[in-house]
Amino acid sequence: MAQEYSVLIGGQAGDGIRLAGSSVARLFNRLGYWVFAYNDYQSLIRGGHNFTVVRASGKRVQAHRNTVDIMVAFNQETVEKHGWRLKEDSLVIFDSDNVKAEGLGLPLSETARKRNLPLIVRNTAALGALASTLGLEFHLVEEVVRSTVRRSVEENIAVAKEGYDMAKGYRGFTQVHAVNNPPRPILSGNEAIGLGAVKAGLKLYVAYPMTPSTPLLHYLAGNADELGVTVVQPENEIAVIGMAEGAAYAGVRTMVGTSGGGFCLMVEHLSLAGQAEIPVVIMLGERPGPAIGLPTYHAQGELFFPIFAGHGEFPRIVVSPGDPEEAFYLSAEALNLAWRFQVPVILVADYSLLESSFSSFLDEDKVLVENPKLWTGGGEYKRYLLTGDGVSPLAFPGTVGVTVKANSYEHDEYGITTEDPVLTMRNAEKRLAKSRTIEDELRKRETVKTYGNMQADTVLVTWGSTKGAVVEVAEEHDFGVLQPLYLNPLPVWEIEKHFSGKKNIVCVEANSTGQLARWIRFHGFRVDRTILKYDGRALTVDELEEKIREAGV
Amino acid sequence: MGLRLEDFSTYARNTWCPGCGNFGIERAAKLAFAELVNEGKIRRENIVMVTGIGCHGKIADYINVNSFYSLHGRAIAPAVGIKLANPMLEVLAFVGDGDALGEGLEHTVFAAKRNVDMTVIVHDNRVYALTTGQFTPTSPKGFRGGSTPRGAPEEPLNPIELMLVSGATLVARAYSVNLNHTKELVKQAVLHKGFAFIDVLQPCYTFFDTYKYYGPRVYDLQKEGHNYADLDAALAKAREWNYGGEEAKRIPIGVFFKTDKPTYEDIVLAGRSLREGVVPSISRVLQRSM
Ligand SMILES: Cc1ncc(C[n+]2csc(CCOP(=O)(O)OP(=O)(O)O)c2C)c(N)n1
Ligand code: SF4
Ligand SMILES: [Mg+2]
Repeated sequence: MAQEYSVLIGGQAGDGIRLAGSSVARLFNRLGYWVFAYNDYQSLIRGGHNFTVVRASGKRVQAHRNTVDIMVAFNQETVEKHGWRLKEDSLVIFDSDNVKAEGLGLPLSETARKRNLPLIVRNTAALGALASTLGLEFHLVEEVVRSTVRRSVEENIAVAKEGYDMAKGYRGFTQVHAVNNPPRPILSGNEAIGLGAVKAGLKLYVAYPMTPSTPLLHYLAGNADELGVTVVQPENEIAVIGMAEGAAYAGVRTMVGTSGGGFCLMVEHLSLAGQAEIPVVIMLGERPGPAIGLPTYHAQGELFFPIFAGHGEFPRIVVSPGDPEEAFYLSAEALNLAWRFQVPVILVADYSLLESSFSSFLDEDKVLVENPKLWTGGGEYKRYLLTGDGVSPLAFPGTVGVTVKANSYEHDEYGITTEDPVLTMRNAEKRLAKSRTIEDELRKRETVKTYGNMQADTVLVTWGSTKGAVVEVAEEHDFGVLQPLYLNPLPVWEIEKHFSGKKNIVCVEANSTGQLARWIRFHGFRVDRTILKYDGRALTVDELEEKIREAGV
Repeated sequence: MGLRLEDFSTYARNTWCPGCGNFGIERAAKLAFAELVNEGKIRRENIVMVTGIGCHGKIADYINVNSFYSLHGRAIAPAVGIKLANPMLEVLAFVGDGDALGEGLEHTVFAAKRNVDMTVIVHDNRVYALTTGQFTPTSPKGFRGGSTPRGAPEEPLNPIELMLVSGATLVARAYSVNLNHTKELVKQAVLHKGFAFIDVLQPCYTFFDTYKYYGPRVYDLQKEGHNYADLDAALAKAREWNYGGEEAKRIPIGVFFKTDKPTYEDIVLAGRSLREGVVPSISRVLQRSM
């Protein structure tokens, strides 16, 4: 088995736990490890309990384990809540200024206090101490600090060194050896989605803050100049999608981001995009509902919602990446397909994909801005020209000699309102034709992923970030894994191929009703059983092992 | 020879009731467009009308310029997006009183607050006309309609006052019967660099016939030396008539307030254009995440 290490860092909100976790991930990354960092935080700003689990391994990992090798505790609650995760040989590094525990107690708070630095700086002392117990050279810590800390860099390095030296009694307690791999970018799903869209020509991102999509808003706004994108935060989600549709009508590639509640507000405009044929990409971040639910936790409760949202019948595409690499390529593809077919595309992404960090390799040269069908002049322009494939050429306002009439009513080819029965039927058929064109195109693209042994009798079917644990467990059990990247249209041509002859088809997903299983059955396939997880937390590898054993799969 | 009103007509069959105030708004808009193009102040292909849903919204079908016929209450947010996408465009939202002061009030207030360079024209018939006559935010208290047979229980909202306090940089009222005055206001609004709001008193002949009510009451602010640079004076004039009923004596029309402020798109875009620009390399961003 590949060498692997899990480190848990816990404290209160405001302690900078996520950043500390990111530094630990970077440390392992520099040693050539694949990393995965799961962030568990509450919907509050100060107090409460936050923790991050960083798992590093010589092979790719995209899920965490229940157990940890090292725990870094900034408060007592961390020790109390996570004691069960410790193994015989696990080590607890704790801030002896306010935590009582067995293990390596260090006056971490004091390192910051005596320099008159904010308490959060103790994180760098902890990083130094951790590096020491892992038997690492100090220069690695220094590099990580320089790559993550913006203010008081030298002081932070001094604090890190102090932590490093304080822990020398435990130096090499868990000796880590470098693996022969180059470091890779560590990205969250949110970041990858932003970058993918940028590579497909995104120029305008419109959003209203809502977990777990807020980091995408911050990321694009924070890197707006470098990424050549303008970021706008309007009055509510109805305005968000309304603005995006206006901008798209005027020729600008636009994406919006939200979560379930915000998407609810967008639904009427979704239908408008269907009727008026406006290209728009909606990033729908999932968290446990109904209603406000668990704002900062994990679920995959929105499979049916994006597929069926909106009144009337219209074509739409729903994509579902499972890790940041898929998020990058699918977000780009979402924007390209939205423009090629002038349809809404919804990118569904669960909390753990959006808010966890993963070692990722993105090849930006693999993404192109695909050309939409543009009006090339000649004759009178008709916004809704009837064509065989259901896609009418696009022109934008401001074009001499052209009148572009977009319309949410049923309309004729020019875009003038009609209630004529023949035209009504013809337009419905135009939308159906477009659905077929989309499916024809998708048959040429990668719409599912498979892992493990696809010759085995058992295939685990999953979507979104749940695939992290599923793939790992399947490989151990010699099962196959099928992960649809497209949920609508559902790639039945692939499912048919991969399900054929299988004895045991098991859907694994993070909801209580088995939405993917139902959706697959709806298309006429057999699903033998479901493994469901709906406690607001992402599935861990150990948990899935146990559930598979219990279910007798 | 320049463009004439007829050059802005479409083949769509008009379905407004005879005597409807919307005809006046349609004429005024077409004339304003024709004159502005003829005067070389705007280009025809740059005009974009965004409309809500209601009798008013049909104007999108009747004028031969770019249009975005949106949802009920949802004309203004797309209009803002259009302006951001291409600031060269002359964006006008033709909206209803139910539409932009009820269903989608937030977008109206926020577009004013941001001072987006666009024009909002409210077809204020003070009734939900297309749904056959219910009270709206600007209907007088006691308005009898299908949903309020005993009279509307609410006091009306004063859109002029609301726009003044929301940050609109041109606030005006028109009366659809006064064609020339309405046309001049539309022209002024289009040329104004900032958020221009015109509440057009538009009698609904079928569900709220207000011709006899407005006729003797309206007067032109500009003929009485109103100082539109003074916000307090504007507010005082706005309160002269609170969209009430018989008790009102005089109803001011014309420009209440006009000022200059930086526009939203100038600030947000800071000289960038969303319609061009190369796809950037992300290699440095990726480098930083290692
Ligand atoms: C979300 C939604 N709610 C309700 C309607 C029904 N509806 C259509 S027009 C209208 C009222 C229109 O009133 P107003 O905006 O004042 O326009 P008018 O017809 O008076 O010009 C309503 C309620 C709708 N189309 N959409
Ligand atoms: S119902 Fe009223 S507003 Fe609608 S067309 Fe008739 S008169 Fe005009
Ligand atoms: Mg009305």
